[in-house]
Amino acid sequence: MTDDELIWRIAGGSGDGIASTSQNFAKALMRAGLHVFTHRHYPSRIRGGHTYTEVRVSADPVRSRGDGYNFLLALGDSFARNPQENAYYGNEEVKPLSENLDELDEGGVIVYDSGLLDTDDIPDFDERVEENGWHVYDIDLRTIARDHGREVMRNTAGVAVTCAIADIEPQVIKSLMEDSMPEKVFEPNMSVFDDAYDTVREEFDADAPDVSVPAGEHDEEQVLISGSDAIAYGALDEGCRFIAGYPMTPWTEVFTIMSQNLPEVGGISEQVEDEIAAAALAVGASHAGVKAMSGSSGGGFALMSEPLGLAEMTETPVVLVEAMRAGPSTGMPTKPEQADLEHVLYTSQGDSHRVVFAPSNAEEAYKQTRRAFQIAYEYQIPSIVLYDQKNGGELQNVPASVFDEEPNADLGSIITEAELEDAPHDPSGKYNRFQHEGEKGVSPRSIPGQAGGRYLATGNEHMPAGHISEDPDNRVNQVNRRMEKMEAIRADLDGDEGTNTHYGPEEAEYGILTFGSQQGTVEEAIDRLNDESHAVKMLGVSEMAPFPVEEVTAFVESVDQVLVVEMNASAQFRGLTQKELGRYGEKLSSLLKYNGNPFEPAEIVDGFVTSIVEDGTLPGHETKFVPAASD
Amino acid sequence: MSAFSAIGEHAEHDRNEYTPGVEPQPTWCPGCGDFGVLKALKGAAAELGLSPEEMLVCTGIGCSGKLNSYFDSYGFHTIHGRSLPIARAAKLANPGLTVIAAGGDGDGYGIGGNHFIHTARENHDMTYIVFNNEIFGLTKGQTSPTSPKGHKSKTQPHGSAKDPIRPLSMSLNAGASYIARTAAVNPNQAKDIIVEAVEHDGFSHIDFLTQCPTWNKDAKQYVPYIDVNDSEDYEFDNTDRNEASEMMFETENVLNEGTVLTGRYYVDEDRPSYQQEKRRIGEIPEEPLAERYFDEEYEWERVYDTFLDKHK
Repeated sequence: MTDDELIWRIAGGSGDGIASTSQNFAKALMRAGLHVFTHRHYPSRIRGGHTYTEVRVSADPVRSRGDGYNFLLALGDSFARNPQENAYYGNEEVKPLSENLDELDEGGVIVYDSGLLDTDDIPDFDERVEENGWHVYDIDLRTIARDHGREVMRNTAGVAVTCAIADIEPQVIKSLMEDSMPEKVFEPNMSVFDDAYDTVREEFDADAPDVSVPAGEHDEEQVLISGSDAIAYGALDEGCRFIAGYPMTPWTEVFTIMSQNLPEVGGISEQVEDEIAAAALAVGASHAGVKAMSGSSGGGFALMSEPLGLAEMTETPVVLVEAMRAGPSTGMPTKPEQADLEHVLYTSQGDSHRVVFAPSNAEEAYKQTRRAFQIAYEYQIPSIVLYDQKNGGELQNVPASVFDEEPNADLGSIITEAELEDAPHDPSGKYNRFQHEGEKGVSPRSIPGQAGGRYLATGNEHMPAGHISEDPDNRVNQVNRRMEKMEAIRADLDGDEGTNTHYGPEEAEYGILTFGSQQGTVEEAIDRLNDESHAVKMLGVSEMAPFPVEEVTAFVESVDQVLVVEMNASAQFRGLTQKELGRYGEKLSSLLKYNGNPFEPAEIVDGFVTSIVEDGTLPGHETKFVPAASD
Repeated sequence: MSAFSAIGEHAEHDRNEYTPGVEPQPTWCPGCGDFGVLKALKGAAAELGLSPEEMLVCTGIGCSGKLNSYFDSYGFHTIHGRSLPIARAAKLANPGLTVIAAGGDGDGYGIGGNHFIHTARENHDMTYIVFNNEIFGLTKGQTSPTSPKGHKSKTQPHGSAKDPIRPLSMSLNAGASYIARTAAVNPNQAKDIIVEAVEHDGFSHIDFLTQCPTWNKDAKQYVPYIDVNDSEDYEFDNTDRNEASEMMFETENVLNEGTVLTGRYYVDEDRPSYQQEKRRIGEIPEEPLAERYFDEEYEWERVYDTFLDKHK
């Protein structure tokens, strides 16, 4: 236990307000000048069940949830109770306490609501407390809340207790509550806060444990943003004004944020009958001249396979977002995994192509969503933002200036009515919308309603004006032109700076290759490994298709061995790398995790040292090592 | 100045304007009912005074899906069963467009049945023409959702054990606000109905009986039909939901016995279209969304100015 950071875990039942309380807590500390990072754990049910959120607080930038945690605030499963006093559904009342002990650091703090939880129900509790040197605070948060307001204000009492023990200036929290609560609710919450705070100060030795929040300062204004927020905001800034979707965890977050914000900027959101319709609506709106998006998670995205192919064949720009969760089928709805990579790369029949970005954090999610729209509209091709439940839901502080960008409503390669007058037309009178001579494979499109621009968009192979054709020469020309786009996009992306992330010392013996949500955790592991005198660097790849072959090749060639870190069981990203590079199979080994929880930095450090440096075998079954082809 | 000057261009239009100058020629079989739909649509478009470029005709897959290859306007030949979601989004994006979707009975009542129910339920302002020939044509003669019970085909060798879909009743129950049935054997009635359907503000469903001389020689669409709106035997008020429902039931019971009834079955002018409802609650902009991308004066909102405060 050090002064460096607080990792605060608030645990309770789904519906207890765990998410909103932790969000306010994180925001208050961000305002106080600290760096924050949240991690959510929740079951696939509406009320009750064990859920927690961790807020990691540090004076230095934080990129992952960290290892373990040092402060537990255990609330009761209040909403799992039925209206009858003290009657519970199921037997989960002690879970906020019992389920969380395994990961609590030595010397850590436990605060529990003695009005709802009884430690006698947990075997070995006292022995474990003694063994681990935990500091236990049993406080009747429920009664304090009831005395001054309502029982739901237990959360406020818990936060007040946290402030008292971890030396957080109460005003930091209070001012945020004042901003976010109506006066009628704010006043009783303040009473609850003060009572709980004073109780700790008067009845316990609050200074005993060595757990405190460090002081911090930001150079510039920060915002607390999730990956889902960032994707939605990237889309809005890029002029996206149409979204269609069907709810599915965890994609629903992006859909919700867009639906709440679009009417304010004169946009349209449509919740429709299924995901086939959702993607088809996005294609229809884009065809009619509006920037449009849709999205889903694995199972829903499967249904989008045919509209995705239609968008490619008709060269209709569209952006789809795919929020990965553990599969196959409906898998584990609320748990992260990175196993839809191949699904997203290869779904849809024929020689079909799409562009795929996999951002690793909120800042990248904003920038790459914008880039996905630019590429889609410039090249008239579907593009996909691939992320997962982890980066969709975790909150982190990002400089507000990241979002201080100009809007862009450029529809890309379209033709105006004036240009249409001189444009080549088919003898049938139609505009040659799918000409073979297009630059970079792109042929400008007209929009329905424009004079002189009528054409037929079709999922069948077609002539330049859109008429259906099975002519072999035309077929080859059209396929070549559509494929030419991918080469042009590759060249375009090579001109971008900082989409793929290099981290660590340039001269290194080993490399770690990763993608998406695991990147921040890998970066933290890289720091620790280099501190321990291992020379390791990282390449976090965000461009999944077209693949940055040159950049990855140079990285692999610059080191002796490469460990590929990803959250799935079949090493899909390693497979993609090997396929695209066409060699280096002997250099690439894998560290995999697929139990529903993301990597922690220590697991990557352990995996690397044990398997690569020491050539040993990983203990336990949390992570799995798959050696390189030559081993 | 609109970026879409073809929209609202009120000029005299000749039905031949909707015929492509050269190829493609229709690949439909001689005697196919689909020719009747094409003819009726051209006549209706001319009568409505629509410029070819303000029309977007979205089709599905099958013989009927080729309609927009032979009808000269903007067209989107989509995939099996998906013409409706694409069409209704185009209409939301640019309400100035006249949007017509078309497809076969398999496309509309089978694979796209879910979209049909929901587009009708939401009462999108558009017209949907279903080519109903009670058979899968382009895949060579399989039983379709409207084929009569007992219909034998290569995929139902013992005869279909299923009752056919009742398209009119289904449409009424789903919420369509204009429902008619017409037939290729009477292009004049068909044309009049298409004109009314396009002018109607809401979801217009036309069950268009089209004969398939190649794969469905048994179908009864060849027999003389009765226009229920003209016949004294079938006097009913087609704005009355219950009466319309009864008439539909009667029609759908006798269709396969050789009595073909056509006409306007249900017209609800009072129900607001989906677009009107969305506009009323502030979820659709007053000006056509698609226009905004061509408006150089428009000031695009930035997240930084608009939404970021709540994250600070």
